[in-house]
Order: sequence, then C-alpha cells, then structure tokens
Amino acid sequence: MSDTTTTASDTAADTATVTLANGLTCAIPASSPLAKLLKSQRTWVGPSAKERLGILRRARSVAIVGASPNPARSSYFVGTYLQQSSDYRVYFVNPNATEILGQPAYPDLASLPEVPDIVDVFRKASDIPSVMDDAIAVGAPTVWVQLGIWNEEAARYGESKGLTVVMDRCIKVEHARFHGGLHLMGFDTGVISAKKQVR
Amino acid sequence: MADRDYGFRTRAVHAGNVPDSASGARALPIYQSSAFVFDSTEDAAARFALQKYGNIYSRLANPTVASFEERVASLEGGLGAVATSSGLSAQFVTFASLAGAGDHIVASSNLYGGSVTQLDVTLRRFGVETTFVASDDPADYAAAIIPGRTKLVFAETIANPSGDIADIAGLADVAHAAELPLVIDSTIATPYLCRPIEWGADIVVHSATKFLGGHGTTLGGVVVESGRFDWSNHNFPLFEETVAHYGGLTWYGNFGEYAFLTRLRAEQLRDIGPALAPHSAFLLAQGVETLPYRMQAHVDNARRVAEWLEADPRIETVNWAGLPSHRHHARAAQYLPLGPSSVFGFVVKGGRAVGQGLIENVTLASHLANIGDAKTLIIHPASTTHAQLTEQQLVDGGVHPGLVRLSVGIEDADDIIFDLDQALDAALKGASA
Repeated sequence: MSDTTTTASDTAADTATVTLANGLTCAIPASSPLAKLLKSQRTWVGPSAKERLGILRRARSVAIVGASPNPARSSYFVGTYLQQSSDYRVYFVNPNATEILGQPAYPDLASLPEVPDIVDVFRKASDIPSVMDDAIAVGAPTVWVQLGIWNEEAARYGESKGLTVVMDRCIKVEHARFHGGLHLMGFDTGVISAKKQVR
Repeated sequence: MADRDYGFRTRAVHAGNVPDSASGARALPIYQSSAFVFDSTEDAAARFALQKYGNIYSRLANPTVASFEERVASLEGGLGAVATSSGLSAQFVTFASLAGAGDHIVASSNLYGGSVTQLDVTLRRFGVETTFVASDDPADYAAAIIPGRTKLVFAETIANPSGDIADIAGLADVAHAAELPLVIDSTIATPYLCRPIEWGADIVVHSATKFLGGHGTTLGGVVVESGRFDWSNHNFPLFEETVAHYGGLTWYGNFGEYAFLTRLRAEQLRDIGPALAPHSAFLLAQGVETLPYRMQAHVDNARRVAEWLEADPRIETVNWAGLPSHRHHARAAQYLPLGPSSVFGFVVKGGRAVGQGLIENVTLASHLANIGDAKTLIIHPASTTHAQLTEQQLVDGGVHPGLVRLSVGIEDADDIIFDLDQALDAALKGASA
C-alpha cells in the first residue's frame, strides 16, 4: 500500500502558512529562514496546558485525518499510541487507504460511525480550512492541528464557527504529558500534583 | 492540576514526582529492576519502535531515574533531560550524539581537567578534533569555528580554580550565527544560581555528583536540552536521515523539538550504556529537594570566606567573581546575581611550602578531590595533582605554586574561617622553621 498520494505527515511538516507584513498569507517551506522569522510573530494563542488537559479528559473518541499506513510516519506513531495507551475510540481517515493499524480507514469524517470528539489533523497548512469545514459539517467540537502545522487564519475561522482549536501540538505528546508517558522519558510535563497519576 | 506556574522551590520538591498510581507512595519509589514486563507482543513491538512510551530496560529508561530527569529539566527550564552515570558520561553522550570522525568542537580551554582529557585524548583518538580557546571573548570562539566541520561550542558557566564566568549570551550568539548549539556545563552554578537556557544555551550538562546531589555520596550526570534548537539545519543531517533500526523513522521528522533528547536516549544510551542507577537517582532527586536552601547557604558562606581571605595579609589573590577585584565581577552580577557559587581558588603568599602546610593543618576542611559537598573541601594542586612539576613548570602551566582550591560548605562560616586561619598560622610557622 502506497501512501504517496496521501496528504499525511509527509507533506504536513513541509510547508507553513504564514502571514506577511502586508496582511496576505501564503504557504512557504517550513524550514525556510522566512518561516522561522515569522514564527516569532505568531499572534494566535491556543488553549493553556490546563485547557488542553480538559479537552483530552472530556473526549471519548478521536479521528485522525491524514492518517498514514506507513509505520515511519508520525501519524502512525500517534495512532499506535492512542490505540494502546489511551481509552479513546480511535478512527483513521484517509481516502487512499483501506486499513490502518488493523482498523478500516474511512474516506472522510462523514463516513465515521460516530461524531468524533476530537478531529486530529495531519494535513498541510493550506488544507486546514477545509478540514475545519468538514468538522463543522459533522458536528465535531474540537479540531486538533498537529505539531509543525500552523495556519492562524484557519484557527480563527474555526473558532468563529464555534470550534475549539489546538494547533502545532502533538496529541500523543500532550496526552502523554498528563498520563505519565512523557514523564517516563525524562521530559518536563509541567505537572505538579500531590494527587495520584491519572490514566 | 492547578493552572499555575509554580516557583523554583516548589518544583525542586515536587517536579517529576507525582504519587505513584498503583501504591500512592508519596516519596519517590526506587524501581530497582533491570527490565519491565510487556503487556503483549503488540505492546512490546510498539515500545521498541518508539511508537508509544513505556519502559523496556533500565539502560534506556527507569521510573526512578525519570523523576530525577524531569526535576532537573523543570529547574533548568528545559524541554527534558537524560540522566547518566556521571558528569563525564553526560558530556560524552552529548558529544557522541553530535560529533563523529572528521568533525570539530570549539571549547573553552578553561575546563575541568577530565573534560579536557575527554576531548583532547579520547575524542581526538576517535577522530573528533577540539580547538581549545584560551580567551573569554566570544569573538575568539567565532574565529575558531570551522564551517561544515564544527558541531558545537562548549564552555563552563563557572570555571575553576580561576573563577572565570562564561559570557553565555555572547557565546550563544556566536554559536547560533553558525547554526551550532551552545553546550554549557553548569555543574558549579546549578539552576538555582544560573539557568543557561534563559541566556541562550541549547544544552546544559551537569555532574549531578556535585551540588545537585549535594552531599558527596553519589555519582551521576544529566543532560538538559531547551527544545529550541533547529536540529533540521544543514549541520546535523543525521537528524533527517532514515533510521533503519527504528522502522524507517527520522528523528526530526517524527519527533520535532523532541528529536535530540529522544535520540540521545534511544541511540546514545542504548549504544554507549552509561545509565544512572535507580538508587543513585533516588539519592540525587532527594538532594535536589533542598538545592535552593543549600546553594543559598553555599554562596552566603563563600562570600564571607572570600571577603575574609581577600582582607588577610597572608593571602595574595582570591579568584571568586563575587569580589569586585575579580575580572569577571560584572559578568557574575549579570549571570549569577545571587552569587557565583562556592568553588574558587586563592593564592597564599609563600608558594608551595605554605600551600602544602595549609592543607596539612586544616581540621574542618576535608582534603580530597571533589567539589560541591555540604562539607568544606580543600585541595592544593601543586602538592597533589601537579606534585611532580617544578615551581617554574607550575607557573608556566598556569598553576601557581601557592594556589589552593576551596569548595566552601554549609557549616558555620565562622568555623570555616577559624579553621583556615589556624591552618595558615601553622603553615607559616612550619615554613619559617
């Protein structure tokens, strides 16, 4: 099964949609000096650590849009992690795949057997607005745009339509931050608590 | 979880130690286990492929060690940390991760002797060449960088026994202009006195054996990384090459800002093997709980002792940058506003004989080759590590025959001063007899 036609993480990390000084936006290579310069000029601020924990706690189901059947892709890592280390019902959305991690791959959000609580997106920055529209159409409350993908205009658009938006964060890392996995690997979780660890 | 940025003292006690979900143990449990059972073959495969988090084998990760790692990462303001069996191994895994045969390192010449030999003997034999910069001016570091070959810039926050302070922000600018990481050994400063990442450093290494553990009982090291350095830049192609033994992932592509530390654990700890023992991690993590209080006592005592020494006619010079007479006094005030730690050298009048006599007559200060203990420690290089050299060779080598190195402890300052005072008297009597 080839994933060369998918728009999964293989392209998602390659471009960034940036807002130029004249107010126009365009997609440029994420590794370019301009992208790095403009990254320091971000104005959209997403949910805080506590709010992200709340989003993850309330959710029961996650749909991964742009999921790849290629085990080397980030989306495959996230899928494996969510299947095995969380209690979520996990769905994979990719019109070019039939099966991912032993489960059916769905062509779009509308084909899923339920409305997912979180739509986790591995798509290039310029595709994010259309994913927002798909999420709104099925009634999903949260769109989570993965680490390395940034589109401020899309984030503001989603919020104006009532979506909760997380952007440029990995759902695996954020879940692991609050559930022990990140801690096990020596990362700073920011969690200070005298209560027992949650699963 | 409260929505609050907790303070340094709170994090020193709590970071990395959420009560164990199975037992509810409040103190840090010591997971004295070499390996950890898998839930299933599927679980084992996912752990080995780094697709999920989980313990496999204590050379790679261990829950007790993880608590110490997260605690130090939190205090340094880093993304995360990897602990090692000693400070030298923390440095070695870092250098081995970034430099290979044919590559080059730019380092301060004013380093701990073991760091100099690691770079100049062992890594040079492995084909990694180091240029030692005998200057405190960042421009001289810039001049030593070889485009395409240099992989990192390395210096110590506080050097000893010179007491020199690194211009961390200046070195960070030099390193970043060449798209290189700045690696800082901050063993003597500790994050209570200086957090190099806040000044632009990318990687901070420690010998945790010293002030972090704080009691002279336990060897350990730790590497902290900021998560800010762009490992996809052209100087580090390894981060974007396909890694066959981890299922074709790429470190940067799959882990982004987590790439350096994930690779350090999954490759360098795996292949080189200097894991921190769980029991050692417990002792070090417990030491860190009182780090803020101990370091404040160390610098308070160091100030009393340094000022007393400087005012004493039997003493030639005192190399503590907290004194206005030190050439890096202004730098110390900038980078270490609470004080430049408590390890420094001073020179007694009368050369080798008086220095040796001082060491022989102290009864509170311990004569040994270590620093950063709760106890005051003292050593006289000319009569120990450099004893085989003549007076002239010592001077040529930059080790004054009368140089004594002190690591001021947390005893009563008056008692430390009393001990040095009576030992100086006895040394001078002995020298003139």
